[in-house]
Amino acid sequence: MKTESRLEKVLASGQLAVTSEVGPPRGCNVDIVKEKANLIKDYVDGINITDNQTAMVRMSSIAGGTIIKQMGLDPIIQMVSRDRNRLAMQSDILGAYALGMNTMLCLSGDHPQFGDHPMAKPVYDIDSINMIKMVKDMRDEGKFQGGADITEPPKMFIGAAANPFADPFELRVMRLAKKVAAGVDFIQTQCIFNTDKFETWMKQVVDRGLDQKVAILAGITPMKSLGMAKYMKSKVPGMDIPDEVIDRLAGVAKEKQAEEGIKMAIEQMQRLKECKGVKGFHIMAIEWEQKVPELVKGAGLYPRPQV
Amino acid sequence: MITAEQKPLQEIFGYIAPYEKILVVGCNECVTVCAAGGRKEVGLLSSALRLHSVKAGKKLEVLEHTLERQCDPEYVDQLKELAGQVDAIVSLACGCGIQTVAAQYAIPVFPGVNTKFMGASESQGIWAERCMGCGDCMLGVTGGICPVARCSKSLMNGPCGGNSSGKCEISEDVDCAWQLIWNRLVELGIQDRYEELVAAKDWRPAGGGGPRKIIREDLAASKIITEDMA
Amino acid sequence: MSNFEPEIVAFCCHYCAYTAADMAGTRRISYPSNVKIIRVPCTGKVDAIHLMKALEKGADGVYVAGCLDGDCHFKNGNLRATAHVEKIKKVLEDLGWEPERVAMMYFSAGMGEQFAQGAKEFTEKIKSLGPSPASQTVGKAV
Repeated sequence: MKTESRLEKVLASGQLAVTSEVGPPRGCNVDIVKEKANLIKDYVDGINITDNQTAMVRMSSIAGGTIIKQMGLDPIIQMVSRDRNRLAMQSDILGAYALGMNTMLCLSGDHPQFGDHPMAKPVYDIDSINMIKMVKDMRDEGKFQGGADITEPPKMFIGAAANPFADPFELRVMRLAKKVAAGVDFIQTQCIFNTDKFETWMKQVVDRGLDQKVAILAGITPMKSLGMAKYMKSKVPGMDIPDEVIDRLAGVAKEKQAEEGIKMAIEQMQRLKECKGVKGFHIMAIEWEQKVPELVKGAGLYPRPQV
Repeated sequence: MITAEQKPLQEIFGYIAPYEKILVVGCNECVTVCAAGGRKEVGLLSSALRLHSVKAGKKLEVLEHTLERQCDPEYVDQLKELAGQVDAIVSLACGCGIQTVAAQYAIPVFPGVNTKFMGASESQGIWAERCMGCGDCMLGVTGGICPVARCSKSLMNGPCGGNSSGKCEISEDVDCAWQLIWNRLVELGIQDRYEELVAAKDWRPAGGGGPRKIIREDLAASKIITEDMA
Repeated sequence: MSNFEPEIVAFCCHYCAYTAADMAGTRRISYPSNVKIIRVPCTGKVDAIHLMKALEKGADGVYVAGCLDGDCHFKNGNLRATAHVEKIKKVLEDLGWEPERVAMMYFSAGMGEQFAQGAKEFTEKIKSLGPSPASQTVGKAV
């Protein structure tokens, strides 16, 4: 084992892992974090805490992670390279580890242009792949980026994101290979709606043997309504929402759409449990955390293993 | 070249409000090519300043001059006589030119343009950023397309998940630089290179090491000798 | 200001508007004598600075008269002129001047009557605006 990460242990046990996420509040309310975490705590092996998601200021992911850690749960702190340079990131990683966090996700982050601080200077000192390498060097070499030794290095289990649906498709596996070469341990994918295309991507991943080197958690998002599906299809960059998803939601009464969305997500997880190379699921129930238990149970992934 | 755009007239009016006689100075280099601060623009701005003062019932005399180059003290020396006649100067050169003028004359010097970026002309009237002067050119490994200047996140190992049909997540009007790089690598038949990890960039040559300076010993030395001889 | 006679400068393309003005003359279609015509080889050569200089020197109104869309002898000189006029309109707005003091018109060589009509309407327009701020303080341009 490289780390003390519960996620690493679950994956090492050969069982499918489940993670989900909590977006910290846009204020200092600790209870919001606790409430959201309590909704999902028994159904996941790790809880992502987003880092100024969509480039909007929120409580810091490490502070949110600390609250979750104090609840006896397992935070996965997200870190974007948009807001910090190498100095700040390394110091935050030391701090996070000192506070008990041992699993993190390395991201470049949505451009500030998206959020409510478009006037902020984007940092992007390093990219997500450089960040993976940096965290790995800290853990395995005990080195800072500047070359100095770290006394008591942070042992982080290193995650990253992958979007099998972004363009150009032929690069998506190659870019994953770069993340693997940089030292990533696990991947949480973008929300999957086009399951066929995901399976095509996964097959290429398996053909290259990348699934042996990195644990891929398939990104699952239940659709709350037809409106949400249409919005995501037309407005959210990098989303691939096939017509069959839209049609299926359109085929049921408005008040039944949420239920149908949950059903679809469960079916999708059941299908992907059989997909070679898929080592678990990352459930992104956007403002719908209370549905996570139903999804996990429905997919036959409850109870979570004790490791 | 260095691109620039004329500042809003209201801002310039504000700068020169206290003065009765000013000099508008253009530059015959980059800002002429991007139609922001050449002889023509000096004429137009001066004319506008005059029309404005007439409308406002204010006394204002505007002199016009365009230097061959505003970022060289030798050329800026040529303003000596004109500068002696005015209360203030409005410079339409890039920030380098404005500062060279300001360093040489003890009267207020105001910018008449906003200096934008190092860019190339895409077609008439359209200039786009191409270089950020990072001081350690990596075009040799990126197929001649710069990810520092042209990727919104300056990713060393792009593209990110925000590439949609070759366009950047920030705007449909912005090409994804990494898509362009990939296309180019394919065109050159060297797509294998894509998978080489590009290390985190050292930003010192890009300005992270403080204000940058080039000292060419051979040239700088010969100048000293000439000065000594003189 | 009823007896105000504005000074108006019209940059007219040699191939169309100027010929149209000529035709108006030979056919004895009258247009206001306020309009002083400057013949140019193509309106594309009428730069923004020429419009500004005319105003600066005291013209109360300036217009550019070029070929009909698609008929420019030099491909798109008339479109360039249109862009220049638009730009100067914006500048005038920033200066607190009436942007209507500059205008773009289009004629073919045979449109003598329309040329005269255009000159008349523009003159009326400028009369209604009154003298330009510059014409009150400087000598007349033409």
